[in-house]
Amino acid sequence: MKVVVTAQGRKADSEIDERFGRCGYLLFYDTDTGDFAAHENSKNLNAAQGAGIQTAAAVSRLGAEYVITGHCGPKAFAVLQSANIKVIVGVTGKADKAIAELTAGKLREVAQSDVDGHWK
Amino acid sequence: MSMATGNKKTRIIAIASGKGGTGKTTVAVNLAMTATVPVRLLDCDVEEPNCHLFVKPVIHKKSDVCVLVPEVDESLCNVCGECADFCRFGAIVSLKTKPLVFPDLCHGCGGCFHVCSREAIREVPYEVGVIESGMCGKNSQILFAQGRLNVGRAKSPPIIRQLKRELPGQSDPPARQGIITIIDAPPGTSCPFVSAVSGCDLVLLVTEPTPFGLHDMKLAVESLKQLALPVGAVINRVAGGSEIITQYCQSEKIPVYLEIPDDRRIAEAYSCGRIVTDAVADSKGLFERLWAAIP
Repeated sequence: MKVVVTAQGRKADSEIDERFGRCGYLLFYDTDTGDFAAHENSKNLNAAQGAGIQTAAAVSRLGAEYVITGHCGPKAFAVLQSANIKVIVGVTGKADKAIAELTAGKLREVAQSDVDGHWK
Repeated sequence: MSMATGNKKTRIIAIASGKGGTGKTTVAVNLAMTATVPVRLLDCDVEEPNCHLFVKPVIHKKSDVCVLVPEVDESLCNVCGECADFCRFGAIVSLKTKPLVFPDLCHGCGGCFHVCSREAIREVPYEVGVIESGMCGKNSQILFAQGRLNVGRAKSPPIIRQLKRELPGQSDPPARQGIITIIDAPPGTSCPFVSAVSGCDLVLLVTEPTPFGLHDMKLAVESLKQLALPVGAVINRVAGGSEIITQYCQSEKIPVYLEIPDDRRIAEAYSCGRIVTDAVADSKGLFERLWAAIP
């Protein structure tokens, strides 16, 4: 299972960044192979607008099947949905702990965004 | 005063400021109401137009403002992603599936439409706001128009440009050609401000004699230098000295056209939606002086 977690740092046990579009790092985990990679998200973090959309596109390019984050707005959600990526929101704490919870079947994906867009 | 206002070079005056709440609307509406020549008042502060609260116009016409945004025909799209790669605003996302379009981010450049080799993209109108026009003034002598950005929309420049497109041109009858246009500009120095002041003959910067007023006036002056537009200053709420602004204006060779005293009666009139020159008997001279000072 390929999973991306939005995080504040580049280490596997970094704190989850509750911001999706403007998270510091995208941590990629492959729970089947044990592969791990950290990807900086600074370009989207500093974007004037459309950060959520672009971050969602980046998550899709990483080949993720799941994304774990704090909050996800409607535009980012629409992109993730079109890429068939399952979205899990409201997760805090360490990224690797969230991965363990996901593999243990304790986390559930949501059917819609959990926060409003920034202009509404 | 008719001599003073009748032979002016200035045809389009923008009333702007860096800082919000300095008195742009007060200056704009009072300038319009004390004019002795034909004037038109355009409220280009389309995120929250408020001139209408003071001049109480009769609106004759309303028209929607639309921008053109892409719409993808799935049956023609081969998911090549060229449109998404081209869009520098991230308004189209293509993930090997049907491209997703985000109209709020689209700047309407039409690039996606041109790069699509399959002609799968067409441009469709996307409503962003409305323009209302009519008349105001004691004898309905003032042409009035305002723009209004729809709730939830993010980009106001298309509305401002549309408002200004209706300015009188060379083909109009002489009476319209002689008209002076007063533009109430939005605060700040970003795209809405630039859209409002572009093409004007004079930008009147309304400021106040405070460090904050000076700081934001400097931002506006620097922007206007880039646009190569003539600038004049109006200092509002002057109590006990305006040197903080006048010294800066001197160093930048910006003429100070008017100082408005810090007068509680003016604030009270404003808070009741009244024209200052109606409510405060001795204030009419202020705006007559301003008219006389405008080149």
